[in-house]
Amino acid sequence: MNDMLLLVEPLIPALRRYARALVRNDATADDLVQDCLERAVSRWHQRREGDPRPWLFTILHNLAVNQFRQAKTRGQHVTIEETSENDLGQDAVQERKLMYQDVLNRLARLPEDQRAVLLLIAVEDLSYADAAKVLDIPVGTVMSRLSRARERLQQEIEGTANAAPANVVPLRSMK
Amino acid sequence: MSQRPITEDDLHAYVDRVLEPERQAEVASYLEAHPDVAKRVTAFSDQRDLLRTALAPIADEPLPGELNLSRIIESRRQRRSPAWWAVAAMLLVCIGGAGGWTVRGSMEMPTIGLAALAQEATYSYNVYAPDRVRPVEIRASDSAQLVQWASNRLHQPVKVPDLATSGFRLMGGRVVATSHGPAAMFMYDNDHGERLVVLTRPMTTDQGAPMTPQTSGDVAGFSWADSGMGYSLVGQSPAEALRPIANEVRRQARTI
Repeated sequence: MNDMLLLVEPLIPALRRYARALVRNDATADDLVQDCLERAVSRWHQRREGDPRPWLFTILHNLAVNQFRQAKTRGQHVTIEETSENDLGQDAVQERKLMYQDVLNRLARLPEDQRAVLLLIAVEDLSYADAAKVLDIPVGTVMSRLSRARERLQQEIEGTANAAPANVVPLRSMK
Repeated sequence: MSQRPITEDDLHAYVDRVLEPERQAEVASYLEAHPDVAKRVTAFSDQRDLLRTALAPIADEPLPGELNLSRIIESRRQRRSPAWWAVAAMLLVCIGGAGGWTVRGSMEMPTIGLAALAQEATYSYNVYAPDRVRPVEIRASDSAQLVQWASNRLHQPVKVPDLATSGFRLMGGRVVATSHGPAAMFMYDNDHGERLVVLTRPMTTDQGAPMTPQTSGDVAGFSWADSGMGYSLVGQSPAEALRPIANEVRRQARTI
């Protein structure tokens, strides 16, 4: 059990970050991470030797996908939390925060599969091979999906993608 | 030295800084000569930096108590303490009902979802599989009656999986009591006298869940849920040996 603490505990912040960025709802994300950790504890003996990161991300990712699926079958949208202006700071700090919030809001408009691949690789630093394991797709598909995700996010950032849904605050116009 | 052509994959690997230093340099000089491509690659790099900076604060937040790993390990250890496992199993099977719940509730969090289903399948296996006189209520020869009985009690169309390709024959089945209502239990055996139990019931929690291995004592298997129905296949083989059979059950259930 000690090696589990040593190996898994340092990864919890990253799992949390991935869940939060993927589902964009803090409470749901933490529930998913908790579920993931409980499963990891109960199946610790089943993991393969070596770095437990891809294994943990796989558990978390599958839980998130189930969550998306259930939300869809219930006819609900996964809540996307937009940051209200009250949460933001002042002046230069405010400008930077707006920029960060803006890119996250734009990321949220990507399809789930593109968002997942981009987060795993660009933010969580998983190798292409590990991302392929987590997503259960061939590495070639990871590469093409990553390419599409980056193009799409760039279009969103440059404002050339389809018009924003009405509920999204047009943060860029506030510059 | 001959240079390999630069591919789209190289460009992404360049952005993600995972190329060998030599290749990284090759891509860099290619980008110098191709400003259009360089512009795109710079935009991707900027995206990456922006995403990382925007998301970094999440990883710096203090963890809530629910995500405290030591606590999760400890609560699981209490739950799995073998003496309590046996006592809880005995109480559930022998007494059941409110008495069982009260005692159990005071000891641990109630088990729900897939974990509960896995537990129920194990209980059913432990009670019925060793029974040499009357392991099943309705025999395979009356399987139509069995299907009707189970479907009526579960308010769901129930289909008996055919495990002939894995060498297992249906012995029969029964409706069994679980803490989440009636479940259909089907029992199988093979030429070596090994028995398997498939337990299925509607799920309230975990309506869809991936194939999840389980082991309790010498009973192992897999549980999963599809479109609101939960399934658990257990036997006395190692879980991995049962995986193809579980996959087959899932495949057949999906074609109802």
